[in-house]
Order: sequence, then C-alpha cells, then structure tokens
Amino acid sequence: MSDGATTHQAGSGGTPPAGGPGGEPRHFRRIFTVWISISVVADLLFWFLVGPHIPPGRMTSAAGGAQFDFNVLFVIALPVIIGVWTYMAYALSTWRKSRVPGLPLSGDRARGHFGVQTAWMAITSTVVIGLFVFGTVELIVPAGAGGGEGPNPIWTPTSKTILPIQVIAQQWKFTYRYPTFGGFETSQLILPDNTTIAFHVTSLDVIHDFWAYQLGIKADANPQQDNVAFTTTDQVGSFTVRCDELCGLWHGAMYNYGKVVTKSAFESWATRTRAQLAANTKNLPPFAWTYDPSANGAGGGYYPSNVDHFSKVETYGAQRAKV
Amino acid sequence: MGRSAKIAIVGCLLAIATGLAVFTAMAFVASTPPTVDFVTGHQQGTPVNMEIQTVGSVGSGIHPSWVSYLTRQPNGRWVHTTLWSLPAHTKVNVTVLQYDSGSPLRNQQFGQVTGVSADGRSGTMLLNGKPVSVVNSNVGNGVGHTFSAPSLGINVPLVGVNGNANLCGVAPCTTKSPHNVIQFSFTTPGPGEYRWQCFVPCGLGYLYGNGGPMQTIGYMDGFLKVVA
Amino acid sequence: MATDSELIPPIGATPPPPGPPPRGPAWLHQNIFTAAIGAVAGYAFGHWVGNMIASGYPNINGASGQNDIAICLGLGIGVFGWLLGAGALNYPLAKIVGREPAPEAPESNWTRYLRFSTDHKVVGIQYFFAVFVFLFTAGLLAMAIRTELLSPTTHIFGPGTYIEIVGEHGTMMMMMASSLVVGPLGNFLVPLMIGSRRTAFPRIEASSFWLFSGGYLVIVTALPLGGFPTGWTGYAPLQTQAAGGMDSYLVGFAVIGTGMVLAGFNLIATIIHYRAPGLSWSRLPVFVWSILATSALLTLATPTLICAGLFGILDRTAQTAFYVTERGGSSFLWENLFWFFGHPEVYIMALPGFGIVSEILPVFTRRPLFAYRVAAAGMFGVALLSFFVWQHHLFQSGINPDMRPLFMLTTELISIPTGFIYLVTLGTLYKAKIHFDVPMLFALGMLFNFLIGGVTGVFLSDVPVDVTVHGSFFVMAHFHYTIMGGLVFAFFAAIYYWMPKLTGRTLDMRLGRIHFWCMFVFFNMTFFPLFIVGILGMPRRVFEYAHNLQGLNDFSSISAYLLGASFLIFVANFIWTIIIEPRRAAANPWNSLGLEWQTPTPVPYYNFERIPVILSDPYHYSEPEALPVADLAPRPSAGAATVGVGRGSADETDPRPPMA
Repeated sequence: MSDGATTHQAGSGGTPPAGGPGGEPRHFRRIFTVWISISVVADLLFWFLVGPHIPPGRMTSAAGGAQFDFNVLFVIALPVIIGVWTYMAYALSTWRKSRVPGLPLSGDRARGHFGVQTAWMAITSTVVIGLFVFGTVELIVPAGAGGGEGPNPIWTPTSKTILPIQVIAQQWKFTYRYPTFGGFETSQLILPDNTTIAFHVTSLDVIHDFWAYQLGIKADANPQQDNVAFTTTDQVGSFTVRCDELCGLWHGAMYNYGKVVTKSAFESWATRTRAQLAANTKNLPPFAWTYDPSANGAGGGYYPSNVDHFSKVETYGAQRAKV
Repeated sequence: MGRSAKIAIVGCLLAIATGLAVFTAMAFVASTPPTVDFVTGHQQGTPVNMEIQTVGSVGSGIHPSWVSYLTRQPNGRWVHTTLWSLPAHTKVNVTVLQYDSGSPLRNQQFGQVTGVSADGRSGTMLLNGKPVSVVNSNVGNGVGHTFSAPSLGINVPLVGVNGNANLCGVAPCTTKSPHNVIQFSFTTPGPGEYRWQCFVPCGLGYLYGNGGPMQTIGYMDGFLKVVA
Repeated sequence: MATDSELIPPIGATPPPPGPPPRGPAWLHQNIFTAAIGAVAGYAFGHWVGNMIASGYPNINGASGQNDIAICLGLGIGVFGWLLGAGALNYPLAKIVGREPAPEAPESNWTRYLRFSTDHKVVGIQYFFAVFVFLFTAGLLAMAIRTELLSPTTHIFGPGTYIEIVGEHGTMMMMMASSLVVGPLGNFLVPLMIGSRRTAFPRIEASSFWLFSGGYLVIVTALPLGGFPTGWTGYAPLQTQAAGGMDSYLVGFAVIGTGMVLAGFNLIATIIHYRAPGLSWSRLPVFVWSILATSALLTLATPTLICAGLFGILDRTAQTAFYVTERGGSSFLWENLFWFFGHPEVYIMALPGFGIVSEILPVFTRRPLFAYRVAAAGMFGVALLSFFVWQHHLFQSGINPDMRPLFMLTTELISIPTGFIYLVTLGTLYKAKIHFDVPMLFALGMLFNFLIGGVTGVFLSDVPVDVTVHGSFFVMAHFHYTIMGGLVFAFFAAIYYWMPKLTGRTLDMRLGRIHFWCMFVFFNMTFFPLFIVGILGMPRRVFEYAHNLQGLNDFSSISAYLLGASFLIFVANFIWTIIIEPRRAAANPWNSLGLEWQTPTPVPYYNFERIPVILSDPYHYSEPEALPVADLAPRPSAGAATVGVGRGSADETDPRPPMA
C-alpha cells in the first residue's frame, strides 16, 4: 500500500506548493512530528508487547517464520496507516470551512506538485520492492515457508532426515498415512519433536485444504496431486487441523486435533499403532503419492460407464481379491 | 397521487417485501428434518436403545431415488431423519438394519471399527451376531455405508448385502428384505451437537458419489444432539 | 433506415415534443410483467425440453434424480423469455423479418421505468432500483450468516442451509457490486458529464439492464433448487458434484456477465466517441476516467468467466470433464479461469469508488483535484496490473509454486497505482476549504476504510504470511473493507451527492448524517474483529468454530445487525423525501462545476438542447479567472473545428452512424 510519503514531504523540507499568506504555519513539520512520534511508539509497543503473541506461535519453523513476517509487515504497515490518518486528521481539523475564511471558491489552487508526486512514487515503489525482496527471501530460505509447493518442490529443507506423512483429504475428514512405518493409515496426526516433516497432501475427491494452524502449514488437497509442504517442529504441544477450502456440507466440521510429542513418545506411538492397525493395513493399497479412487466403482457412478459398483478398473482402494 | 395514497402503496410494498423475507427465512428453518427424542422419559443410568436402518432408495418424498438412513422412534414408528437428541454421558446401544448393497470403500481406512464396543470389547461391532473389528471391503459384498462421527472417533462400516438379491427399495423396509444386522454401543460425551455421516460415496449419479444424499441432512448426514 | 439524424435532431433544432403515447392501457404494453410471463413460460418450455432430452437416461432417472439439463435449459430459455417479454428483442426481430421498427417515443409517464427503454437516464434509474434489490436480498442473507455464527456449536440453519446462504450472499453481492456504480451512475451520468445526448449503443445499454435483472431472477432460483455449496468462487470439482442450485450460479453468472460485457462495451464506445467538442482527455472528469477503466475490465475480464461457466455447465450436463482430474480435466482449471476473471473483478468493484471519491472531493474542498493525471494513471495502472495477479489466490494450491515470487511482486506492485489515489485525495485536502456535507463524510469514510482494506491486502500478498491468513476470516474482513467499506461507502457518497440530479429531489441531510455515522461505526465494529478472528484461526465459510472465538463473533454479529439497521435509515429517508413527500432540490445544490449539474433538472430527453462546447475542466474551484466549464448554447457554427481538442459527437456536418 501507500507508504507514509505524506509525511516524508516534510522531510524534504518542501514549502507548500502554492503559497498561503506569510506566517503560514509549517504544516508538514507539524504532521511529521506527530506522525513520527506516534509511529515509533506504536511500532515499539507492537513489536515487544503484541508481536510475541501473534499467531500461529512458534511451534514449528514455519509458524515462527510466519509470525516474524507478520510482525515485520505490521511494523511497516502501522506507520503507513498512522501517516494517512495523522494527515487526514490534521487536514480535516485545520482546513475545515469554519476555520478558513474567504470566498466560497477559496481552496488552495495547486493542481499538482512535482516534488511531492515524485517523492510519493519513489517512496511507495521503494517500500513495495523492499516488501517483495523480503517476502521472497522469507519464502525461499525456509523451504516454502510451510505453504504447499506442488509435487516437485524446488525449495527444500536442508535436513537429511525428513519424516514423510501423507495427508489424505476426503469429504469430510482428513486421514494420515505414515509410509515409513509400514504405511498404516489413521485418523490421528502425531508428530515427533525437533524433526523436519514433509506433508504430502492429496485428495480423494474435491479440493480441500490442509491447514495445520499452529504448525504454520497450509496446502491445498487436489485429486491426483501431491502437494508437499515442509516444516520443522520446535515445541511439543497440540494443534488444530482445519479444512480451509470450501468442500461441501461438512466443510465447517472438517477438523481434528494433532499433537507434537517427544521423539521417543512418537516412536512408541507409531510402533503401537502400526501393530494395532496391522489387520487393516493389509487391506490398504500399496503406498502411492496420489490415488485414483473414482475408478474403483465407489465414485457414485457419475460417469455412465461407471454405474456398476464393481468396476473392473482396479487402482487404489479397489484391489478386489478373488471372492 | 395524494400523499396518503403514496404512503399506502409504499407501505404495502414494504409489507410484502418483509413478508417474503420472513417467509423465506421460516421456510429454510422449517426444512430441517425432525429430531428423534431419546431424552424425554430416559431413566438416569440406563442405556438408550436406538434402532436405525439404511435403505438403497427412499422410494417417496422429493428425492425418491436417494439412499437414506431412517430412525425408529421410541414408539416404534420409523421416521425419515438423522437427527437424534441423546442424553449426555450415557451408553447408547445401536442396532443398524442394513438393507443396502455395498462396494469397495474409496478409502479402506474406514474398514476399521473404532470408537464403539460390543461384547465388552472396544473397537468391535457385531455383524449378524459375530464380533468384527476390521472389514475388508474389497471382498464379499463390500461396505454399503458407514456410521461415523469423526469428532467422537466413531467409525462403523456397515457391511452390504448381496447386490443381486431382491433389495428393499421403499422405506421403511421390513426384516423380510435381505439385510445385515449390525450392533454396537458407544457412550455419549458431554452436551453439544456432534455431526455424523456416511463415508461411503453412495450418492449415485453424482461426481465422486458424494453429492445429493451425501450432502443433505436427513439422508446420509446428521447430528447427535447431546443434551445434559 | 432510421439514422440518428431522424431520431435525434441536429444541433440547434428544438427537440420534438414527446411522441404519441402507446395505444391502449399502459399495462398491456410490454413491460416488466410481460417479461415475467415470458420468463416463466421460457423456464417451463426449457424444463420440458430438458426432460425430453434426458428421459431414459439412468444416471438421472435412476440415480441422482437431478436433471441439470432441464434446469440449465429452463434457466437459459427463461432469460430469453424475460428479454423477449420485456421487448428487448423487438428491434432485431423486426429487422430479421424485414420490418422497419418504429423509433421509441420519449415518455414522461413513470411507467417508463417498468419498460424496455433506451433512454440512458431511465436505464440508470432502473439499475438504481435493481442494485438495491440485489443489495437488500443479499444483505438479509448476511444477517442470516451472522445469526448462524452467534454460537460456535449450536446451529440455527445447520451446515447445508448455511453454506447455501453463504454462497448466495457472496454471489449476489459480487453480481451487484460489479454493476453497482457502472449500472446506475455510469449510465445516467457519463453522457451528461461528457456532453452527449445519449450513449453509443442505447439498445445495448438497455439490454444490459434487462440481463442484469434477469440474472437476479436466475440466481434467486438457486435457493429453491437446493442451493450451491461452493461459495461465490464456485470451485470445481465440488461444483460438478453440487445440487441443482449450482446451475443457477453458472447460468446466472453467464447472464450477468453478458450484461457486464455489454454495459462496459457501450460505455467505452460512448466515452471515446461521444465526448462533446473541447472535452479533451485532460479535461475528462475523473469519474469518467474510472468508468472507462472499469469498463475496460468488464469487457476484457468477464468473457473468461462466461466461458468457464459454460465448461462447468457442460461438465454437469453433458458429462464432459473440464474440471475432473480423473477424466483428463484439471481441478486447477476452474481456479485459474475463475481468478483470471476474479481478480480484475475485484478492481471492477474498487475503481468506481476511487472515481466517485476523487470526483466529489474537489466539490467539498473547493479546490482543484490534486494531481489529476496521476489519478487517471493510477486507475489505468490498477486496471492493467489486475490481469497479472490472479494466482495470488492460489499460493498454497500447489499450482505453479515456483512462480509465487512473481505473483507476489505483481500483487504488491498494484499497491503503487492504488497509492496514487491516496496521493490525489490527500493532496486535494491540502489547504482546502472542507465542507463536511454528507457526501463528503461518506467519501472520507471510504478513504478511511479502504486504507485498512488495502494495507491488509499487502499481508495477503506476502506468501509466508498468506500461509496463515489465506482462506481465513482475515481475507473475508479484508475484502469487505475494500468492497463494502470502499465501494459501498463511495456509492452512498454518490447517492447523496447526485440524488438531486437523478430525481430532482433531495434526501434529508440530517438523516443522512445519522446514516453515515451509524454505518461507519457499525461497519468497523462488524468487520474489524473479523481480522482478529481470522488470525486466530477461523476459516471462511464454516458453521462451527472454536469456542474461544465466540465473544468476537457475537460482537461482530450484533454489530452486523446494527449495520443492517443503519441501511433502514437510508431506506426511510429515501422513501419519505423522494417518494412520499418530495423535497425539491436546488438545481446545483453543491455549487459544483461538473457539466452534469449545468443541465436542467429533470434532465430533458435529449440532455442538451445544443451540444455544449467544453471550455475547461470541471475542477477549477478557486480559479475565478478560469473559463466556465462549458458553453451550453454555442452558436451552431462554433463546433469542434474551432474549439475542439476532443473529438466531438456534436459535429452536425458529420451525421453519426446509425444506432446499434
């Protein structure tokens, strides 16, 4: 957005474009003084008092990054807003009709001011380019900043040990598959602490969005698409997973809670669950990054060739054993 | 036009507009299916017995071809609804009469019985009297529907009947039609509205089988309204 | 052949008296009621044909019981019947059968507002009422949304009805907002501001209104047809799966979209070719600039939506698979096409607000618009850039992930030309003589709100921050700040400002002040908490949310009721002072220099008895030595040749092309 250029006009010491009578107060100096003092105080208060509490917190690297970026943007945005408001408040109180004597047609005559216009454009452009550079660095360095990066991410974490977890979205529930633990699939999302995790998000039907709020992860789930998002867990605790893309009737109820636990607790949970679910894991299809569920006959028969419940096309979920 | 005539005309138009708005709002609210009450007359400490059935096509109403759940009221009458009001912290014994055929699950994870118990064992249901904890939907008649309440951790796959049999097509079905009896129990949590749904894409004729009855309260979706 | 020289008299001639009134009682002639009959008959016919086509098709009869072919055909032919019944097709049909259509006689009866009229002023007033029907229908739905969100887990409407309401609210508001200014004010004011007697294509202008109103009827049918679960964005493949109301959404957007293209196209041609002599580009009112930029977006962006909707209709009826991945389509395709339209659409809803505020500020500050050229450049900069930002809606979708920095850059760049508008408006306040009349209050309110909306937009454009705020109530609050806080506030500024011109009557300004303060305070109380709700993790379009957010949501809901009630102040004001007890307005109550205020009120059928010759721009307040804005009674020979910088439509030696 527009930056606080109004106030910088004073910084350049610009005399008002079209002269008023002598003894005219130095409006921009006043505005600048008010603006800079309010802005500095507001920024400091925000950064130190509010900033550390800004969601999504610091549970993972992605969350911490999002918090830092949000706070930086807020610290830039506050002076912009305060600048415009200060100027408006000053203008509206100083130049209101009752305070400006004269003929009905008596406002200032300036139709423009080269210096002011140039300064405004230069400053807004600088801020915008700065924001772009900052945002790009903050996107690339933390390996996609927790956002979905598609099937072939080019910005990847440096860690050599990455725990892959598949997030399977379907109307209207997330299930999670742990391919490195025998490929069991469960409704629970348990993560180890201090570990880099790759979420592979896919969908069995319409578009969903996997939003692990406190983890700072958000990735759309598209059918036949493997959307990868990375993060590194930093703290133990519980987090909320919500669907963030409208997916039909139960979109609002499509949430569950997950936990980040210590590595040893995670290992024992995974081993235990793997054993518990072993019987059903055998019925699951071999692990794959994407699925083609509509071909298995459970697609509801929208397409005419598929009206038969037991289609001969066999892919994920349809490995029909001989009866 | 006189002033009073104008007032009258504008007043009438406003009244009509308001009436239409109120009517539409009421029509929306009233379109919800009825709630079957298991709370009134419930004795503290005794379990609630609930009987529900699934049918391949309702056979009547505005969507006769849609698949649906039905619920038996305490007075024995079957009603076309999926909304139940239940007492909190109470054991609920559920009997499902499954009159529909089945298919492989889109996601076999829903073949695992969770969150319910039968025969004193958790994670188990009774299928025609026999305890089952995992259903392989890729063999046999597959799974027709599931009874799942994700926030309560409940998932029960309802095994389908043979699709070539003479299936019941008009609700409510009677036990003369081929069916499976599935029984299980769960304990209600504290007060609140908990959604439940079927996870088998059984909305035939809709993309991914998840339209129509799968997205309409009263057919394949409902609420457990738990009250204190 | 009826050329303009027959329909519109040459300069200097006295306009003819109104033609003979239509024979027979007024209600027998084509009007909104015959249009309604045509719509119903068309729907019935289309539905019957659709049932014929789909009969014996097991997928529909045996399984879903939902015949989208019948619904789509019914709605499409219903709209055709609406146009036919209104008389919108009389001219082309007469031409097809080789008959010469009679030229429209000017009417002064109020029933002309219920008819197909090619008078741009009548069309403007028709649009005015239509956008309010849209606004209040969708506004009631907004009240329903806030009612459901009063409680995190106890439900009043339940999930199904709730998403139907959400989708219907969003879609209707978007349809309304894209024509909110262009329709009523663009059609009414642009010819007056540029010194023209009409728009370039009056029949297209009138047809755009009847398509707009037909689109309302189509989108309203979504509710009885089962609603649509997708929200206004209509994401496929959920769209392909949805109930019959989805057809209303797709057909409705196609109908409204066609009207948008036509309206924009007509206004572009009008602004380029029908400016009075002397009205050079550097004298063009800034409001006209904004309408020109908006019309360019309407014309260029909307066809994408119409085509995308057609693909959706085919997916749902002919079972093609544009949007179904497993069948060779792509679930990303709709997202791309929709936002390729959708982001320019966002600016379709912002630019007219900029134009109104920039137009009004000089009047109430009694000084020239600051940096006029920058304002025009800003609007066109925004319009141009808006075609290059659409994938910022898809940052987490997994599509084109490596291009995210580029779309972050283009999105942030767009804040530079947007900032120009603030340079212009804030500069205009400098050493001004500020009058706090009601239009000025709304204009200042718009600047206040849009600033918050714009700054939060930068948060959304930043990819790492967007990971948290995307799809949350933060976005929701952001675009309500820009559309409602921006465009709707500017629209009310325009209503209070131009009402004396539109109707010859004036609204009560004391009630107007109360209306402003209520709306301003309750608007901010409604939507500001929703930024916080969004950051705290509440996704959009959910019927259940975390218990700790109930306080903020309830605060917002109660404020929303009060916000809704504040509109009633306006309605009461309007009904009382415009209809029941008309208050005659002064000819130029704001002492504006705008050309539109120099015409008599009510504006005569031909607007200008003689085509004016523009002598200066309309912003020379505080320049007593400047020439008046226009010579309203030029000598017949003083045409474009002597004064003309602009290309006049008034050159009587150059007979204009026949009507469209």
